[in-house]
Amino acid sequence: MIVLAATFLAAMFAVTLMWGQSFTPPGDVGRVLLGQDVAGASFTVGQLRLPRAVLAVLAGLSFGLAGASFQIMLRNPLASPDIIGISSGASAAAVFAIVVLQLDGPLVSIFAVVAGLGVAMLIYGLSFRNGVAGTRLILVGIGVSAMMDSFIAYTLSRAAAWDLQEAMRWLTGSVNGVQLAQSFPLLLALVFFGGLLLTRARDLEALRLGDDAAAALGTDVGRTRIVVIVAAVAMIAIATAVTGPISFVAFLSAPIAARIVGTNGSLLIPSALVGAVLVLAGDYCGQFLLPSRYPVGVVTGALGAPYLIYLIVRVNRTGGSL
Amino acid sequence: MTAESVTSLGRASFAERSNRIRTIWLVAVVAALVMFCALSVAIGTREVGWPEIVAALGGRVDSVDQAAVAARIPRTILALLAGAALGLSGAIMQGVTRNPLADPGILGVNMGASLAVVVGVAWFNIVSAQAYIWVAILGAAASAIFVYTIGSLGRGGATPLKLALAGTATSVAFSSLVIAVVLSRNDISGGIRSWQVGGVGGATFDRMSHVLPFLAAGFAISLFSARKLNSLALGDDMAAGLGERVALARAIAALGAILLCGAITAICGPIGFVGLIVPHLCRLLVGVDHRWLLPFSALIGAGLLLAADVVGRIIARPSELDVGIVTAFIGAPFFIWIVRRQRVREL
Repeated sequence: MIVLAATFLAAMFAVTLMWGQSFTPPGDVGRVLLGQDVAGASFTVGQLRLPRAVLAVLAGLSFGLAGASFQIMLRNPLASPDIIGISSGASAAAVFAIVVLQLDGPLVSIFAVVAGLGVAMLIYGLSFRNGVAGTRLILVGIGVSAMMDSFIAYTLSRAAAWDLQEAMRWLTGSVNGVQLAQSFPLLLALVFFGGLLLTRARDLEALRLGDDAAAALGTDVGRTRIVVIVAAVAMIAIATAVTGPISFVAFLSAPIAARIVGTNGSLLIPSALVGAVLVLAGDYCGQFLLPSRYPVGVVTGALGAPYLIYLIVRVNRTGGSL
Repeated sequence: MTAESVTSLGRASFAERSNRIRTIWLVAVVAALVMFCALSVAIGTREVGWPEIVAALGGRVDSVDQAAVAARIPRTILALLAGAALGLSGAIMQGVTRNPLADPGILGVNMGASLAVVVGVAWFNIVSAQAYIWVAILGAAASAIFVYTIGSLGRGGATPLKLALAGTATSVAFSSLVIAVVLSRNDISGGIRSWQVGGVGGATFDRMSHVLPFLAAGFAISLFSARKLNSLALGDDMAAGLGERVALARAIAALGAILLCGAITAICGPIGFVGLIVPHLCRLLVGVDHRWLLPFSALIGAGLLLAADVVGRIIARPSELDVGIVTAFIGAPFFIWIVRRQRVREL
């Protein structure tokens, strides 16, 4: 199934490179990718479509992987970084770094990572009371993200020169106008932190059975938690510093992956692939399939919200508690 | 003296004392309100001396300073009205749903009103202020009913978590749709974007006059519901036993709350968290009797919003901070505090 998902992702990637406002034959796309100068295709494919597609895939992989790690670790589909406020925190930090501190490039990413970790610790600390209950964590996260969102709105309103598209990036997420150079920090984070998460895949699987059971199986629960939180938050923050908090990708990826591959085996890699497909397809829909051009976050937000409602309704019907 | 008379005596003296405390609080709150009004007229981006302020209050607009002060008067009144309406509607919503996190913002009411207005402006060409308000109220009502229905499905009814999640999901969906509509219409995006952050700046008596009938009806219905909300607070079965028609009482009270917050959202844009904080504060001050709680929520809501507006004008000089942002910064930590309290599940 993983191979199938990866093939599908590769096919999507190829389609987004070939098909935009106009069609570019596969041969031309190939030659552009090899670095040759092709009249009429080098700019469209090399400058417009390729950076966008690469960033969409990298951001999607990061969001999907980090979201799945959080959901598995906390054993709650709602405990994804975009619902509990970590994405908003990273986005607020990125906006602050760019607008107020006038930073750019890797400094923004570093700032976002530090702030993301800070917000994660804040949420964890605030919801701590005789242990962290899932309910309290999620509600506290909703409160924190409301505050972060209004901070973003405030900072953007002070920077009057920003256009609507750019403001949308920090509110809902967008891969509009990205450059290929911006993909390097993402790639590095994906290799380093993503690799770190994958080495913890077995421990995460054990955590699914409960903290006590995991400890009995020989997992160092405390250390696994710290590693997972740091790695996942760093990935989310670095991706967010470039694309903004693309709504609900982290939240949606793991449940979709679970539907596709079943719950046997690790969900991490399938979730990452699903995340990449979501962002890539969402961006493509937002650009070409809808009557007007929308940032990818609007598309995934409109997709994710009904799923969240469905989740609430379904859990209610089966009588479980959220 | 029998044991029974002792307890009844104790109860009487307790009720009397707490009534005295309530009266003291009432006086204090009204005094604070008057002070905030004075501050709101006196403080702004432009420094104005007292003689000029007094002259402007007397109706003279001869100098720039006096004109600046004259512009602050409708703003102050709108802040008072908006705060009172939001505080009161929050108290009603918490009473109707018996849920400590019920609030126009969290129930998705503000986003519902926003979406309705945006769709109305973009596709149905609504231009008149009157139509604006009707559309906002309809959107508010639809989304409140939707969120509450989703949140209360299944066992356990509308727990705070389910309600908050249903509200969040709906708000995100609606805001995605709002963006989708706005992005495709560059001609209207500027006006709508400034409206999306709640604020009371730029208020005029003319604009306010359009919502006054709605607000008046909302205030009347809401305050009239106090006794019914007291019965509902005992639980549905008990309220029915007392001869209350539970569903009808709920519907009427909710109608009042939606009229209030829908009308305010139509002219101010979404202002979050006032409806959440104020009733909790008021319960600390005057207890849970809705006959006291509702008027107090209106008064303290007015004071809070006015204070937030003044703060927004001071801290961001030389420009100003929209009041919706200030209330979010005060309100979100308060929300977290409520969540952290142990008995978050029941009210």
